[in-house]
Amino acid sequence: MIRDITLGQYFPGKSWVHRLDPRIKIIATLVYIAALFVAHDFLGILIAVGALAMVIAISRVPLSFMLRGLKPIFLIILFTFVLNLFMIPGKVMARIWILTITEEGLYMAFFMAARLILLIIGSSLLTLTTKPMSLTDGIESLLSPFRKLGVPAHELAMMMTIALRFIPTLLEETDKIMKAQQARGADFESGNIIRRAKSLIPILVPLFISAFRIAQELAMAMEARCYRGGKYRTRMNAMKLEARDFAALILMILFLAGMIAERILL
Amino acid sequence: MSIQVNNITHIYSEGLPHQSIALDDVSFCAEDGQFIGIIGHTGSGKSTLVQHLNGLLKPKSGSILVSGTDITAPEVVMRDIRRKIGLVFQYPEYQLFEETVEKDVAFGPANLGLDEVEIQARVKEAIELVGLDYEEIRKRSPFDLSGGQKRRVAIAGVIAMKPEVLILDEPTAGLDPRAHRDVLTMIETVHAHENNIIFLVSHNMNDIARLSDKILVMDGGRLALQGSPHEVFSREETLISLGLSLPEPAKLINMARQKGIPAEGTVLTVEDAEEALYQFLKKD
Repeated sequence: MIRDITLGQYFPGKSWVHRLDPRIKIIATLVYIAALFVAHDFLGILIAVGALAMVIAISRVPLSFMLRGLKPIFLIILFTFVLNLFMIPGKVMARIWILTITEEGLYMAFFMAARLILLIIGSSLLTLTTKPMSLTDGIESLLSPFRKLGVPAHELAMMMTIALRFIPTLLEETDKIMKAQQARGADFESGNIIRRAKSLIPILVPLFISAFRIAQELAMAMEARCYRGGKYRTRMNAMKLEARDFAALILMILFLAGMIAERILL
Repeated sequence: MSIQVNNITHIYSEGLPHQSIALDDVSFCAEDGQFIGIIGHTGSGKSTLVQHLNGLLKPKSGSILVSGTDITAPEVVMRDIRRKIGLVFQYPEYQLFEETVEKDVAFGPANLGLDEVEIQARVKEAIELVGLDYEEIRKRSPFDLSGGQKRRVAIAGVIAMKPEVLILDEPTAGLDPRAHRDVLTMIETVHAHENNIIFLVSHNMNDIARLSDKILVMDGGRLALQGSPHEVFSREETLISLGLSLPEPAKLINMARQKGIPAEGTVLTVEDAEEALYQFLKKD
């Protein structure tokens, strides 16, 4: 159930995509998202699908993994689809009761759903091929020019690292507490909504206590190793751009240019 | 009451790149009133195994018969199984959540749908069985107690459900020697009082050797050895190769034997060792 969320779940591999510099991958993802909003017809979407399919093929992450990330937001996609389908005025195609489906609505519904799906798959590709730690390293490095403007780049990245690092720990903790309470006869599945909300108390109270305990222990362990924020801190693995990163950068620019050209020219 | 486990296999994260076989073709049985020790190094599948016994995990294949009913069958009502089989997890104090000790211990019995009078009686009995002062502790917050007391309250929460089978997963982990002894004495008292089947997972060979009627030795998800303490602890080389060891008294007598002191029989407990050395000295 909670384990189905792919976000932040790294799929181990050694592919070309996995080895790219995290900064390049973050920029590429942002460019990809921007390009999805540049596209205004199905040809644009088709190019975006092609580009994504190529990168997925290179990354060798099974497609089923990508689709798993869609499950939690399936309802949102459906909602967008239905809303567009019935709400856009235009040439009427069919009438069902008080609802009308227009040609423009049908077009928009598919277009928006496709855009949403690509958005999710595109961004989960980033988290699937990048270790959470290198991801936050990348974000820190990308944000550091803004430090002069008062953006606490290191602190933000550290918070993100810790949050990501502890998602599995807290999931495990939740699983353990749920099992322990189930062993004491707790029932989380039956009853009305109030009953079910109440049945969460035996999970939430111990979970909060655990979370605070873990946070305190972590803070202590960090201080014991002389952590005092980002200042003067050096890295064990300094990030360095390599040939493949520049190749990826060029491909990315070509892709974005192609998308813009498609919009202006066609 | 009897438990029969037939060829169960369990795989974690099946189909993912990091899948691992947690249990591999495990079979054993447990009879009424037996005290069963489970040993094995960390990650050998002990915790996975005990979670199968009350249906928290389902095996991929194989069956678990509890008094003849297969609890792996889909139509089985899990509530009935968990009423009969109580499981105390590792570090059970982390499951405490209520405002008072009394309410926390009552959580299990209340889930069984018992009436108020019965719940009260069971809570009192359970708190006293784990060696705490009922009147003194009932209204206190479980979070204000010491580590050993918290652990005992958590165990009381399971005992109050009066399970016919009580499974304890490393109940003494992280306790000081005195709390360790108290918890074990408490388990013995409960066992004598309820005459239930007890499964004790532990890394402490001395406890296992002293208390168990039967020992299961896990290694890499397989049942490497099973038998009486005498049978299991006579296989010193096998145990050492599995990352385990003999109880301290047995080690002592083995050392004595190497020094040329003849001592008869298998020695498991301090009393055995004392007797063996006494016999030797008497002959002198």
